[in-house]
Amino acid sequence: MPTLAPPGPAATRPPKKTALRADSTLGLLVKIVLLGLVDAFAVYVMITLFLQEKWLVLVFAAVVTVLINWVYLRRGGLPAKYLAPGIFFLVIFQVFVMIYSGYVAFTNYGDGHNSTKADAVNAIQLSAQQRVPDSPAYRVTILERDGVFHLLATEPDGTVSVGTTGEPLEEAEAAVTDSTGKGTELEGYRALQFGEVLANQADILAITVPFSDDPEDGSLKTGDGSNAYVYRPSLSYDEDTSTFTDLETGATYTDRGEGSFQAEDGEQLSTGWKINVGFDNFTKAFSDQNIRGPLLQVMLWTFTFAIVSVLSTFALGLFLANAFNLPDLRGKRIYRILMILPYAFPAFLAGLVWSGLLNPEFGFVNNTFFGGADIPWLTDPVLAKVSVLVVNLWLGFPYMFLVCTGALQSLPEEVNEAARMDGASAWRTFTAIKLPLLLVSVAPLLIASFAFNFNNFNVIYMLTDGGPRFDNTTANIGHTDILITMVYEIAFGTGVGRDYGLASALSIIIFIIVAVISAISFRQTKALEDING
Amino acid sequence: MTTFIDPQAVAPAPTQSGGSGSVPAQRKRSFGQWFRHKGWRHVVGVVTTVFAVFPLLYVLSAALNSNGTMAGSNALFTAFDGGNFEALFSDPTRPFGRWFMNTMVIGVVTSAATVFLGALAAYAFSRMRFTGRRVSLLSLLILQMFPQLLAVVAIFLLLNAITDVVPWLGLGSQLGLIMVYLGGALGVNTYLMYGFFNTVPKSLDEAARIDGASHVQVFFTIILPLVTPILAVVGLLAFIGLSSEFVIASVVLTDPESQTLAVGLYSYVAQQRSENWGVFAAGAVLAAVPVMALFLFLQKYITNGLVAGSVKG
Repeated sequence: MPTLAPPGPAATRPPKKTALRADSTLGLLVKIVLLGLVDAFAVYVMITLFLQEKWLVLVFAAVVTVLINWVYLRRGGLPAKYLAPGIFFLVIFQVFVMIYSGYVAFTNYGDGHNSTKADAVNAIQLSAQQRVPDSPAYRVTILERDGVFHLLATEPDGTVSVGTTGEPLEEAEAAVTDSTGKGTELEGYRALQFGEVLANQADILAITVPFSDDPEDGSLKTGDGSNAYVYRPSLSYDEDTSTFTDLETGATYTDRGEGSFQAEDGEQLSTGWKINVGFDNFTKAFSDQNIRGPLLQVMLWTFTFAIVSVLSTFALGLFLANAFNLPDLRGKRIYRILMILPYAFPAFLAGLVWSGLLNPEFGFVNNTFFGGADIPWLTDPVLAKVSVLVVNLWLGFPYMFLVCTGALQSLPEEVNEAARMDGASAWRTFTAIKLPLLLVSVAPLLIASFAFNFNNFNVIYMLTDGGPRFDNTTANIGHTDILITMVYEIAFGTGVGRDYGLASALSIIIFIIVAVISAISFRQTKALEDING
Repeated sequence: MTTFIDPQAVAPAPTQSGGSGSVPAQRKRSFGQWFRHKGWRHVVGVVTTVFAVFPLLYVLSAALNSNGTMAGSNALFTAFDGGNFEALFSDPTRPFGRWFMNTMVIGVVTSAATVFLGALAAYAFSRMRFTGRRVSLLSLLILQMFPQLLAVVAIFLLLNAITDVVPWLGLGSQLGLIMVYLGGALGVNTYLMYGFFNTVPKSLDEAARIDGASHVQVFFTIILPLVTPILAVVGLLAFIGLSSEFVIASVVLTDPESQTLAVGLYSYVAQQRSENWGVFAAGAVLAAVPVMALFLFLQKYITNGLVAGSVKG
C-alpha cells in the first residue's frame, strides 16, 4: 500500500499514536484550503448580517464558524472531523426546520402577517395612498437603470428630481432639460421610449416615489407616464396610541394585540404583522367551522388511505409471491420483470399518467374498457378514493411482491415438509405456519410502508390534486386530500391566503401521529418476535 | 417507496443451490391437474402483467402518436412519429431540455455529496469508538422516520430568510435546494453504509496504520475502494428518490428555467390536461427511461437487500 507519510519511527509506534500525527503535507494543504474557503464564506455572511443588523443570526453564525474551526484545528476529536459535514446539514435542514415548524405553529405567520409591526405600519401608509385634491402636476420622464424604473420629475417651479419606489425623491441638478424646462435625460439612466412606456404600463403605474423617509409626507405617482401627482396616505398613524385614523371617515383602527389594526366593528386593515398566538392555530384547526369538518375528514381518509394501501399491496404481493414460488414455473423471470416495472416508474409520473387514463371524457379507461361511458373516476368523492387506492396499489404491489418472495424463499423447507407429513393442507400450512413466520420478518417493512403512505404526497397531488373539493369550506381541500397535501395547500395553495402558522400546526400534528405510531408499532414488532421465537 | 438494504446482501452472496432438479418430470397429466398445479399461476401472471404494464404501454403509445390530444391517444400504437418529441424541445415557455439537465445536475451533485457525507460518517461510526456513538446512531434512526417534506413550510421560510443574506443560496436557487436535500444525507444512508463498513476486516486498516498510513489515507485508499458496491447503491437510490421529489423542489424553484422534471411536467399537465397530452407523454417517457434503467440495473441488489434486511429484522 503506497503511503505519503514518511516512514520511520511511525512504523514502530502503536497505531493509536499514528492517528494523532499530523497528516501528510498534501492533506494539510487540502485541509487549510477547504477550511479557508469555509471561513471566507462565513466572514462574507457575517458582514452581510452585520450590515443588515441581524444580531441574533450573526451571533449564531459566529458560534457555528468558531465551532467548525475548533473541530478541524484541534489535535484530537477525530470522529467529530468525520461527522461534522453531515451533521451540519442534518442539524440545519432536518432538526432546525422541525423546531422552527414548532415555533411557526404558534404564530400567525402567513399572508398579511409576515413581518414586524413597524414594517406593517410602513406598508399600510404606502398602500393607502390617495391623490391630494389640489396637487400640482409634476411633468415626468420614465428612466431605467439596472432594470428598475425611476421617475424624473420636474416640479412646477422647474426643479428636477429623481427617485423610485423605496428611494425618496432627490434633486438631480445634472439632468438635461428640454426647451420647456422639463427634465428629459439623466446621466447613468436611460430614458424610455413611448412604446416602452406602453409595454411596461403596469410596472410604471406601480412606482410610488416618497418625498422623504417618512411616509406621512406623501409620495408621487403617475397615472399616464407623463404627469405625476402628489398622493398622501388616507390613514394617519399615531405612534403613541398605536392607532390609524381614516382621514375621511374618522374611523380608528387600533392594535388589539392580535397582530393587526382593528376597528371597533372588527374590521381589519389588510396588512398585519407576525405575533405569537399560542395555541390559537391548534384550537382553530379543531374549532373553526371552515377547517374542523374538512380536517377531521382528511384525517380519517389519511388513516384509511395508509392502512388500505399497506393491506392491499401486501395482500396482492403475498398472493403473487405464493403463486410464483414454484421453482419450475415457466416464464417466471419474465412475469417478474414485467410486474416490477410500476415500482421502477417514477411515482409523480405515475400519478399524472393515471390521471390521463382515468379522465372521464377522453381517458383510455372509460373509452376503451367502458365503451365511452362517462364514469367520473376522479371527480366523484367515492370513486376518486377508489381510484387513488387502485393507483397506489399499482405503484406499491411490486415492492411487496419482492419482499414476500424473498421472505418465503428464506423460510426453511423442513417446516413445509413437516406440515405435509402431518397431513396439513396447503392452505393450512400457509395460514398456520408460513404466514406467522413471514409476518415476523416483514412487519418492520409494513410499518415503514405505512409511515411512507401516511405522507404519500406525490400520488394524491398528481392524480386528483386532493379533489373533488369539499363543499363546506373555502379552502382548496377535497375528499382525497391527506394531511400532508392539506398542509401544502394551506401553506402554498392558491385557494385562500397562505397561512404558514396553521400549516405548521398541522405539520406538528402529523409529526406527533407518525412518532406515536412508529413507537407503538416497533414495540409491537418486538413482542411479535419474542412470541415466535 | 422506502427501501431497505442489508449490507451483506450487496456483497456477492454465495450462490444458493435451489430446488432445481428435485422435481421429478411428470409427463402424463390431465389438463385439470396441470391447471390446478400450474395453469392458474399463468392466468394470475398474465392478468397481473397486463395490469402492471398497460399504463406504461399507453404512455409510450401516446408519446409516439403526434395526434396530440388525449382522446387521440386511446388507440394504442396506431401511429409512429417523433412529432411530440420535436414539440417537446421547441417550446420556449416550457424548456424540457433545461428541466432534464436540471434534474440530472441536481440529482448527480446531491447523490454524490450524499454518498460522501454518509461515507465519512459511516467511517467514524464503524472504525472509531467515542462517547455518544450509540446515541448518535440511534438519533439518526429516529430522525429518518420524519421525512423532510413534513417541515416544508419551515424550509421555505428558512430559505426565504437566507435569500436576504446570500441570494444565490436562497429561494429560486438550485444550490439552495441541494443544500436542503443534503439535510437528509445522513440517516438511513449512514446506517446502510455503517453495516457494510463493518464487514471490512479491521485488520486491513490496522496493517496500513502500522505501515504509517494516516486515518485519511486509510479512508480513501483502503476502505473506500472496498465498499464501492454500497456507495454505488446508496448513490443510485438517492438519485432515483431525488428524481421524483416534488414538494420541496416546487416550493424552492419558481423560475421555469431552473425547475426540475417533476415540477415542470406537473405544470405541463396541470395547466392543460388533455390538449398537450402527446407532448406530455413524450416528456414522461424521456423522464422515466433513465430512472427505470437505473432501477432495473439495481434490481438484484435491491431485491436481495429487501429480503435480507427483512429476514433479519
